This record gives sequence, structure tokens and C-alpha cells, in this order.
Amino acid sequence: MSAVDAAALTAWVREFARLVHEQRDALTQLDAAIGDADHGANLDRGMTAAVAALEATPSDDPAAVLKTVATTLIKTVGGASGPLYGTFFLRAAGALDGDDGRALATAVRAGYDGVVARGKAERGDKTMLDALGPACDALDEALGSGKPLGEALGAAAEAAAAGRDATEPLVARKGRASYLGERSAGHVDPGAASSTLLVQAAATALAGEG
Amino acid sequence: MPVGLVVVSHSRALADAAVELARGMLPGRELAVGVAAGDVDGGLGTDATAIADAVTAADSGDGVVVLMDLGSAVLSAETALELLDDDVRERVVLSPAPLVEGLVGAAVTAAAGADRDRVATEALRGLAPKQAHLGGPAGGS
Repeated sequence: MSAVDAAALTAWVREFARLVHEQRDALTQLDAAIGDADHGANLDRGMTAAVAALEATPSDDPAAVLKTVATTLIKTVGGASGPLYGTFFLRAAGALDGDDGRALATAVRAGYDGVVARGKAERGDKTMLDALGPACDALDEALGSGKPLGEALGAAAEAAAAGRDATEPLVARKGRASYLGERSAGHVDPGAASSTLLVQAAATALAGEG
Repeated sequence: MPVGLVVVSHSRALADAAVELARGMLPGRELAVGVAAGDVDGGLGTDATAIADAVTAADSGDGVVVLMDLGSAVLSAETALELLDDDVRERVVLSPAPLVEGLVGAAVTAAAGADRDRVATEALRGLAPKQAHLGGPAGGS
């Protein structure tokens, strides 16, 4: 039986990197509207480096894979998404215990809690939490009702996308966008957009696992 | 040994200039100030691993006060705490003081041999003279 092992997590990271690269300009455009116009470029640079780091030092320890991604993002992203995504992967690595869907959900939830703690933001502040939070809830709920991991991750990806879209009318309360006040409304949050890619990548890469 | 000081900034030039300014307030005295600033390519950005390294280098056992500019510098400084050894982490204070004013206050007290908490307190008070002079926190009448 397949599992959420180091190879599966590496495939998730690769798929996320691929999506970020593909959406690089779109992410930067979102960030140009309310931020400092570097989110796509920063995250693309970080994820490209993360994939390279995993190739340079492959590991069969799943937690080590997530830790490598964390430290690489922290080192190479430069903007706020470095420590935020870095903390997500760092906390997920620390909480990963097992190679099934439940273990993945626990790790992802720990990562989400880490982003909450690091950014001191809440859902509704127009941040990546608006996509990651509903995704974690949907994943837990689907696994709790006995759905297979692939289906549960599909539900998580849908929840993330809905959360991302719901950031459009919101007024930003964190980060540079918060300086804009009411003028930040009417734009999708770039962090919520990239976080949705992270969940979509999991749904694609881990569909047959666990 | 004096309390260690570390400056975190998006910009290497900004950090170096802030340190130069603070050193200017300490004629005839040497004070080591660690700098973790800029991204890996020398552009604007912050790197929590570089901050963790700078804090470890600045720590002589008497504690470290970290001053930072804004935004991701704050997030990266907090992330750096997670990367430190437990014993070093316990000796670190992340100061919410404004970078330039806080650094000057911290440098003067650290060079005078004050302990970590005193240095952190003086950093935080760094804005007080300017506020008093210009008429309060809102920046004047």
C-alpha cells in the first residue's frame, strides 16, 4: 500500500513549485495591487531552491524533507512569505508522526497553527490563513468521516479556493496591504492565492497515497 | 562581556549605517554589533538563518538584544528564535523599539556594561526624547 512517505512529500513539494512557477506572474500581479509586487518572484525563487535542495540531499525521512523545504524558504525568499511558509513547513515537520492521511492532516494543522502564531493574524484578515484554515478544516472533516485521502485533499483544495476567492472584498488587516485600508478591498490576497496552490498541489501529488 | 546587539534589516546599507551612527555615540569605545540584513543575493530581504547565526555569534552568555526594522524583519527574527539552541534562545530579547533610536539607546547602555534587561528597556525608551521634544507620541501639534 502506498503511503505519505518522503517520496510522496517530495512529489507534493515539486508540484507546488511547478504551480508557483506557472502562476508566478499572476501572484506578483495580485501583490502589485495591494502589496510590494514581489510575492510570485520571491516564492518561485524559494520553491525552485527547495526542489534543488531536495535533489542535492535526498532523504527517506519524511520530516527531513519538510525541514529542508522550511530552511530553504527561510533562507531564500526574503519577504514575509519566507518566515511564514518556512514556519508552516518547520512546524509540520516537527508534528509529522506516521505516514497516513491522519498524520499528514495533523502535520498540516500544526503548520497552520504555526502561521497563526507567527503572523498573529486571524481568519478574515485577508491573509494566507483564509485559504489554509478552511483547507485544514475540510481535510479533518473528510478524513473524520472516513473518506480516502485523495478525496479529502480534493475537498481541502476546494475549501482553499473558496477561502481565497472570499478574500477579494475583505479589507486587509496585516502586512503592507493593511496600510491601504479600504483600498485593499476588491483584490484577492496573494498569500491566500499561493496557499491555495499548496493545497491543490497536495491534492494532485498525494491523491493515491495513504 | 557586554550584552550582544544584533541589527536586523531588509537592507544591508541601512543596517550598516545605523550601526555606524550608534558607534558615533560611543567615542573611544569598541562595541561589537552583529548585522543580519539583506537577502542572499544582497538585495532587500531578511533571512532567519542569518539572524540565528548573528545572534549565536553575538552571544557571550550575558544575553542578546535584537533590533529590527519592520514587516518580514519581525517575522524573520521570531522565526530565528525557533532555529536557535534552547540555551541561547532563553538569553535573547527581540526589541519592539524603533531601529535607529532603539539601537543608539541600546548601544550606549550596553557599552556602559548594563545587563540585558536594562539594555532592552533603554532601547524601548529610545523614542522618548524625540517624542518629548516634538510634543508627544502623535508627532506634534
